[in-house]
Amino acid sequence: MSRAAVVTGIGVVAPNGLGTDAYWSATRDGRSGIGPISRFDPAGYPVRLAGQVDDFDVDEHLPRRVVVQTDHWTHLALTAADVALADAAVTPTQLPEYDMAVVTASSSGGTEFGQREIERLWSKGPQHVTAYQSIAWFYAASTGQISIRHGMRGPCGVVATEQAGGIDAIGHARRALRTGTRLVVTGGTDASLCPYGLVAQLSTGRLSRRADPARAYVPFDLRACGYVPGEGGAILIVEDAEHAAQRGAPRVYGEIAGYAATFDPRPGTGRPPGLRRAITQALADAGVRADEVDVVFADGAGVPDLDRAEAGVLTEVFGPRAVPVTVPKTMTGRLYAGLSLDVVAALLAIRDGVIPPAVGIRHPVPEHELDLVVGACRETTVRTALVLARGYGGFNAALVVRGRPRNNVRGGDNDHSR
Amino acid sequence: MITLDDLIEIMRSSAGTEEAVTLDNEIADVPFSDLGFDSLAVLEIQSQIRLRHGIPMSDDSIERMTTPRATVEYANSLRGAEV
Repeated sequence: MSRAAVVTGIGVVAPNGLGTDAYWSATRDGRSGIGPISRFDPAGYPVRLAGQVDDFDVDEHLPRRVVVQTDHWTHLALTAADVALADAAVTPTQLPEYDMAVVTASSSGGTEFGQREIERLWSKGPQHVTAYQSIAWFYAASTGQISIRHGMRGPCGVVATEQAGGIDAIGHARRALRTGTRLVVTGGTDASLCPYGLVAQLSTGRLSRRADPARAYVPFDLRACGYVPGEGGAILIVEDAEHAAQRGAPRVYGEIAGYAATFDPRPGTGRPPGLRRAITQALADAGVRADEVDVVFADGAGVPDLDRAEAGVLTEVFGPRAVPVTVPKTMTGRLYAGLSLDVVAALLAIRDGVIPPAVGIRHPVPEHELDLVVGACRETTVRTALVLARGYGGFNAALVVRGRPRNNVRGGDNDHSR
Repeated sequence: MITLDDLIEIMRSSAGTEEAVTLDNEIADVPFSDLGFDSLAVLEIQSQIRLRHGIPMSDDSIERMTTPRATVEYANSLRGAEV
């Protein structure tokens, strides 16, 4: 078995594009999916904007049996998983069931489903609560449903590390490959745009209350004021490189070359946050020097203190304005466990030699000393990318992706792209 | 009284239909598990019979609900006992 974990399939459900091509074309062009919340009437809430996946009709994608048992967030995950498996040309019935695993992330669980059933409980009584509430709400539901749907019985799991989860799940998937699993369905989605879900998010105090969709989420900007929440995410197929080659995987997007997760010290200890350690350990894990990183997909919280801390770490590790930094999630809102989408953006940046922009940023904080890719995409060779994510409560995750390893897998669609 | 058609309607609307299975009278003696209804789906069916038809099925009645016909007969026996 080789030691390389490669990405062979991608499934995207994003506010600015359903499907990888739609998402990537919008993201390269700087087209945002952030707009007024229409899923419910947000008039009574201080946050009125979100990144919604509006053109998603669940009945086009999933059987009714599954739909009634599961939350919207799981619908998005199941759909993205189907797309990713098709993209990777994997037919699960042709592989041993214990050689395939599912590791997803979830931050909120099934809040929309849960809210509906809690309303029934209060207004009609316990008999009116569906039996499916027992399985629809909890964090592992998407992992479990993907596992059942595709007959994948290897070491499955769920990671709940708030907004670091989408990265952590992929790191966990790589670990599963190292213990003999051949293929892992990984990444994550979240969808918590119901009143109950939104109120739960408000408790962090980090959500933007600005009304202008173009200016509501502007990380590293003098007018940064918090972030806009979003729904959706990305599911990836991660395989052992040798296995991918053996089964004739049609394409390899790139390699998961390094990963590290750290946890912040307790507030008040005076010790620094863990982001820097996550970055240096992920680079060391990948065997990559800082000057070999071609782009950083920043966490970009949009909260001034957090932006300053992240910018400080990036200039310490890479030097002032020494590496391009981008935040494409300014076009989707922050997707929580769905921030695995940034890994997709990094892989496609490598494939196409294009760094997608951050949008809405007009007045970068000069003291940050970042080389921000703003407004328009930047064409440049991208061989190695660093993806960062922080989760509320102290989670830090860093992932290094690079172009496909040589001599492991025959070429494919990623050879033609430029 | 609950009829087999009532039960099929519950199976169709509450538990969701399996595309491969046609829910008609020919399934009356097919075990729920073979129809793609797992134990949780049977629990949901039991709950819907209770709600829609007012039949006092207890939680452990799912042990008697092996097939659609067995379910209808058991539900009606409870209704009979109640009167």
